[in-house]
Amino acid sequence: MQRPLENFFRALRAVDIRVSPAESIDAHRTVDVVGYSDRQLFKDALCVALAKTPDEVANFDECFEMFFQRDEFSDRDDSDDEDGGSQAPESAESDADFADQLGNVPLAEMVMDADGGELAAAMEQSANRVGATEIRYFSQRGYFARRILDDMGLRDLERLIAALRRSGEGPGDDGGDGEGGAAQDLANRLEQGRRYLLDESRQYVERQYELYARANGENLREEFLMETRMSNLEHRDFDRMHRIVRRMAKRLASRYSRRRKHTKRGQLDIRRTMRRNMPHDGIPFEVLWKQIKIERPKIVVICDVSKSVAAAARFLLLFLYSMHEVIAHLEAYAFSDSLVSVGDILENNDVEQAIPEIMNAIGFRSTDYGQSLLDYEEGFMDDLDRQTTVIILGDGRSNFTDPRIDIMRRIHDRSRSVIWLNPEPETFWGTGDSEMPRYRQFCHVAKTCSTVMHLERVVDDILKSYARA
Amino acid sequence: MTEPSAAKFDNVENIVAGLGDQGYIASRQIATAIFVAENLTKPILVEGSAGVGKTELALASAAWLGLPLIRMQCYEGLDESKALYEWKYGKQLLYTQILKDKMGDVLGDAPGLDAAMQKLHGFGDMFFSEQFLEPRPLLKALRQEHGAVLLIDEIDKSDEEFEAFLLEILSAYQVTIPEIGTIKSTVPPLVFLTSNNMREMGDALKRRCLHLYIPLPDAKLEEQIVAARVPDIEAKLRRKLVSFVQQLREQDLKKLPSISETLDWARVLMLLHADDLAPDMVRDTLNVLLKFETDINAVRPQIAELTRKARQDGDRGYATTT
Repeated sequence: MQRPLENFFRALRAVDIRVSPAESIDAHRTVDVVGYSDRQLFKDALCVALAKTPDEVANFDECFEMFFQRDEFSDRDDSDDEDGGSQAPESAESDADFADQLGNVPLAEMVMDADGGELAAAMEQSANRVGATEIRYFSQRGYFARRILDDMGLRDLERLIAALRRSGEGPGDDGGDGEGGAAQDLANRLEQGRRYLLDESRQYVERQYELYARANGENLREEFLMETRMSNLEHRDFDRMHRIVRRMAKRLASRYSRRRKHTKRGQLDIRRTMRRNMPHDGIPFEVLWKQIKIERPKIVVICDVSKSVAAAARFLLLFLYSMHEVIAHLEAYAFSDSLVSVGDILENNDVEQAIPEIMNAIGFRSTDYGQSLLDYEEGFMDDLDRQTTVIILGDGRSNFTDPRIDIMRRIHDRSRSVIWLNPEPETFWGTGDSEMPRYRQFCHVAKTCSTVMHLERVVDDILKSYARA
Repeated sequence: MTEPSAAKFDNVENIVAGLGDQGYIASRQIATAIFVAENLTKPILVEGSAGVGKTELALASAAWLGLPLIRMQCYEGLDESKALYEWKYGKQLLYTQILKDKMGDVLGDAPGLDAAMQKLHGFGDMFFSEQFLEPRPLLKALRQEHGAVLLIDEIDKSDEEFEAFLLEILSAYQVTIPEIGTIKSTVPPLVFLTSNNMREMGDALKRRCLHLYIPLPDAKLEEQIVAARVPDIEAKLRRKLVSFVQQLREQDLKKLPSISETLDWARVLMLLHADDLAPDMVRDTLNVLLKFETDINAVRPQIAELTRKARQDGDRGYATTT
């Protein structure tokens, strides 16, 4: 049983359930305790030991059912053209003539016995020998199916079938129902068995692929998406992106939103201790320790959704939405020729609704940074304080309108830091109507940010700077 | 484990029955988790939304095993001085004050400062001995002679440091106190950690624990629970009430009512001597089930419809059982 369990762990890893060596030891010990006899108990116990979140429990369920689905080979329908039960006794005697031939080909015997269990077991052994669990890509299925069958001795079976056909045709057609007919019959039955084996092996490999490799393909796709420029992402990847971005935002939030106060034990705060213990005649009954305070980040995000960044805007908004879900103090604004607060829209809608709604409200117009900044100053600037980080997502292309650098300066002066993330590469900054070099003067950080990876790195830096302070 | 309780962990059915005697209706998954936890000596991390009986599970287990329950409530800022041990600073200072004169007598005959110091060293760690140690929940649990049930409630509310600090206890069932040494438990306690998923727990902690997720119960299980907990309630009303709550759970609500709310509601209905689920009665008592104004407002217009369906279910169910 060692081997199947190990394979099961691999299948679990493929569906994103962490099974470390220590956990696999636990699982083995668990199995020692509960045994194999009670399937439900076996499953529950393993689930308790291995799956660590509700999501993982669901994955575990699915994986367990698929993995331990050792159904017998599906019943062959012996209905049509083939010799059914009625003819069986008749052909039995002539079968005897071929018995020795069959005896040389174990697979043929198994096919003739139509023993589903035995065939299934043989197939699994062969699969283990050729390493079918190593399957990685969808396109490998045919290859592995063939190799399993080869290992089971399919070639011998095929040779036998060919030989039978030859001997059937050999004596000519006058004999009819004689020796030749019986051989032909047997060949037909074996041929049908062969086709059936092909089918089963393909299904078997398919299952292995589902178990071990499907998640792999998914991961590849996600990795690829992480590094694709946001403006190039396709609409159909939106769901997947949402998952990635959400996961990333959650990771960032759980890393940084945790504590505000942190007692440094072991470092006496002498001043506070003395003061607190005045009533006790200065005898230090109550001891106070030094504390460091960590502020929770307060973040203002201003997102450009105008025509020039339309392609990337959806994903910038997606990021905005995910951030909003996980960070408590996030104020969100979107602008093109004017600026609006989108906090309410993000708060009250699903991501599928929120993003189109924002785009309808304000998106796809020509950009006017000056006006948008003015809107911000008049409407919302009061919220800015020394604890706030301002993140601006945009390309800094303002259609030759007044960029209102003065407002940018004020934002810079009032906030803790200003970070500008520009989807364009740095070499494009300052070309045409780009005001980036001038805005840049008033940013603490100005960076190119064209992929999700960039985005994560930048936000990580921001939050880290809070944690350090 | 002591002899009598070892037998209790023989098989899963025993656990279900044992917890049932304490009025806790455990699903097979729950019983299996306890079974494995006891046999592997591993803590259980229990997750699930508020009010599904996570804490209750620990209470029931303790009552069933006849072991003391030691409970530790976690919160932000909880540290080892509150969880594990603390020196009784006050007592130490008080004793120093009281013993001051005595001290003078003892040290009086010492010829010089050095000699006095030497003498003082002779008294050793008088003030850092067990007498001055204030055991907190974790230490208490480890020092129970016949084992204990340790409940670490809402671990997700504690800080990350504390989580790391717990690791030693959870894997080796021992703690290290610098002034005294390592204290190891003779009988490892049965440990439950509960979490509402306020934050993701660290991998290291998860690895050391078995994971049990308690979902909201289906109608059948919930009825059993209500029957066990509010035995006086009439079967027909019970069925209606459970059906009503089950319907509520399919709605888009901020906070779905969980088992504890169902039980509270059942008790309220008993208190009001209700013998049927009348829409007016439901309207008046809805605040027992739903804890947000927006949720109540969302459900209020549908009360008549939901009640009608619940009553139908109740009558039908009742008819089939008789």
